[in-house]
Amino acid sequence: MDRNKPTAGEAYERRKVRLGVRMTLLYAVVYAGFVILNVFFPGIIQRSGLFGLNLALTYGLGLIILAVVLALLYNWLCGVPPTEGEES
Amino acid sequence: MALAVFVAFVILVLIVSSRAGRSKTATSGGYYAAGRSVHWGVNGIAFAGGYLSVASFLGIAGLIAFFGYDGFLYSIGFLAGWVVALFVIAEPMKRMGTFTVSDALNKNYRRPGIQLAAGLSVLIVSLVYLVPQMVGAGVLVEPLLGIPHYIGVLIVGAVVVFLVASGGMTSTTYVQFFNGGLLLTFAVVLTIAVLIRGVDTSDLPREEGPEGLESYRFEQVALAMTDEGEIDREALAQTPLRDPEIVDTHVEYHEYTDRPVLKLYQLSRLIPAEPAAAEGEYTARVKGRTAEFGANRVEEVDGSPYVRIEDWWRLETDSRFLPQGTEAELREVQSVARKPDGTQLVNGVDFGLGGEARLRQMGRVSDLPGGQEATGSVGPVGLLALLSDEDTRVQLPSTADFQTGGGTQVSVYYENPVPGDQYMRPGMRFPVVAEEGEPEATTLLNRLNFVSLMLALFLGTSALPHILIRYYTVPSAAAARKSTIVAIAGVGIFYALTVYLGVGALVGGANNPLTDNMSVPLLARSFNEPLFAVVSGIAFTTVLATTSGLIMAASGTVAHDLMVNLVRHEIPDKTKVLVGRIVAVVVGAIGIALGIAFRGVNVSYLVGWAFAVAASANLPSLLFMLFWKKTTAAGIIASILVGLVASVGLILIGPDMWGIYGLDPANAPMPLDQPGIISIPLSFITIYVVSLATQKEKPRHAAAG
Repeated sequence: MDRNKPTAGEAYERRKVRLGVRMTLLYAVVYAGFVILNVFFPGIIQRSGLFGLNLALTYGLGLIILAVVLALLYNWLCGVPPTEGEES
Repeated sequence: MALAVFVAFVILVLIVSSRAGRSKTATSGGYYAAGRSVHWGVNGIAFAGGYLSVASFLGIAGLIAFFGYDGFLYSIGFLAGWVVALFVIAEPMKRMGTFTVSDALNKNYRRPGIQLAAGLSVLIVSLVYLVPQMVGAGVLVEPLLGIPHYIGVLIVGAVVVFLVASGGMTSTTYVQFFNGGLLLTFAVVLTIAVLIRGVDTSDLPREEGPEGLESYRFEQVALAMTDEGEIDREALAQTPLRDPEIVDTHVEYHEYTDRPVLKLYQLSRLIPAEPAAAEGEYTARVKGRTAEFGANRVEEVDGSPYVRIEDWWRLETDSRFLPQGTEAELREVQSVARKPDGTQLVNGVDFGLGGEARLRQMGRVSDLPGGQEATGSVGPVGLLALLSDEDTRVQLPSTADFQTGGGTQVSVYYENPVPGDQYMRPGMRFPVVAEEGEPEATTLLNRLNFVSLMLALFLGTSALPHILIRYYTVPSAAAARKSTIVAIAGVGIFYALTVYLGVGALVGGANNPLTDNMSVPLLARSFNEPLFAVVSGIAFTTVLATTSGLIMAASGTVAHDLMVNLVRHEIPDKTKVLVGRIVAVVVGAIGIALGIAFRGVNVSYLVGWAFAVAASANLPSLLFMLFWKKTTAAGIIASILVGLVASVGLILIGPDMWGIYGLDPANAPMPLDQPGIISIPLSFITIYVVSLATQKEKPRHAAAG
């Protein structure tokens, strides 16, 4: 097998891995922000957030919703069939 | 009715198990991986059903009812871990493994050392996680069925062992699927019921009594204070309390300052009695419970019979929590007192003569913004906005233990008034902000403990063995991914609803002050008895679903990873299945023994530890194996062992265990309760350094895609 020219399947797998890692990092950053705000900036986390809730509740419920949205988005993006030579 | 539903659930579970056992467990693929033919939708709900343990179903809602927002942090952390599971672990695990985590780790190396180390780690994590589930089973069954803790653990242990040993992964899958479906359905049902009921400040704690649901409002007595800040005894005599005398006082001070945080008074007072059916005996209502008294305890006052009791009251002087124009109030608290002679008094009454020696349920909302008395039905956002309003006052069930001068051990359970904005922000359980006078070091430790726990929850989920083995029950990597997405959606919805279960338990006064694990069943009971029976049955299947997954993981790893390497020759398929069944029985027996031994240990601590051990021992090697080509077998083995030893070792020398040993937690060599912040990075560093140092090792085999 020519390792410089991945098959469509391999390229698809690599694309999925990259996508997965990026989404994990994105979520990790948002999650870390939540932890840091809670621990080091409790004054900010109790301010007003959305819909009459404070920031602590807005952020916390937002993290739950974000996880579900990212999961659906990931599945949708993974579902796109691989195209030969699309990725190197 | 609870007993009938419990028995019905046991029978249903056993039928599922025996049917599965007959059909699909003759081969190792059938026993350990349910024939790899489970539909991704079923697998996804089963993921949720296996993952949502009693700690999630009972523990989190209880923590929210008792401590507010800090309980919700567990929900967020428990869900966040699924993101790692879906995006980086699910599909590679499915592609690389056959039955166990060790398979995947060892795929490219084929070294017995990896299989042994990973097998050992899976076994230890499974056992650490099994203990709180078993303890939880006992805690649950004890009040529900009125049987002792150890019998509860034995029953649950026996059912789960039968289930796993006979039906293997197939029956485990269907029990978890069944449980996942029920958990989601009834979390939605309870949430809707909580929203329809809304908040009512006159809505007293409602609990079951001889005449159905009945309530009791703890008494509050306004009184004046002297200039020295003491109770004015003359004013006390003018209160509606009959012939009150202060017998004893107790003050709890802030840990680091001399500020008094809780002032308690033991009052001797007369309460009205009535002649009982039996001659010479009387009954009296103490905090809404009927107690029996002999004639020798009765005093005649103005021609009416009274009995004298001594119970505890809390002094409230904070103007934020007092009616306008009131200087101070004495507020009734509940108490359990154990005298040196062994006598036990509940709310000042020795129930040895008869009556109901139970504490009352606690928790309520006492004030709403703008003096509103009741809201009627509220929306999901409206309820949370209302509860987090600074003008709302919630009364949290709180406790304090102390010893009187006479050597009596007293536990008091009091309503702790808290403004809504404080209830719905961090700090009630994890105090990350220093109070005046508190040393910086204490605050730093609290903050590190908090970060450590959140880190372990984020990284631990995807490394839990009973979650990882579920990837092998579906036919393809795509099915593994889809089932994880179903799991995230199911688990996400459930965790979002935990807020309403917790808040609902507080608003409905559905909390047993002795334990924060009973709030969800009691919330169900505050609506009606059938709902209570079903929710209790679900709590039972929750224990079964999680423990069966853990025993299955342990059974698979012993038969597949450890034994193969110890025997060192190919084992026939049928023998592997037989060994798996035997190991299930042995691991179940160990779980039962530990569940009995650890009775009374806080379940949520143990769960946090299991996540920390899993994240330290398993996750670094999984991630490095997948994403760093220079990873070597030696690096993987070292990382697993270092993570395992460090996390378990740090727990064993930490403050919580020091307390369990009967030593002063402040003297523990490890100042943190949660080891993750040290052991997880240590495991990552180990795999990096050891892999670099062992690059001359035989190169790894080409990955099979």
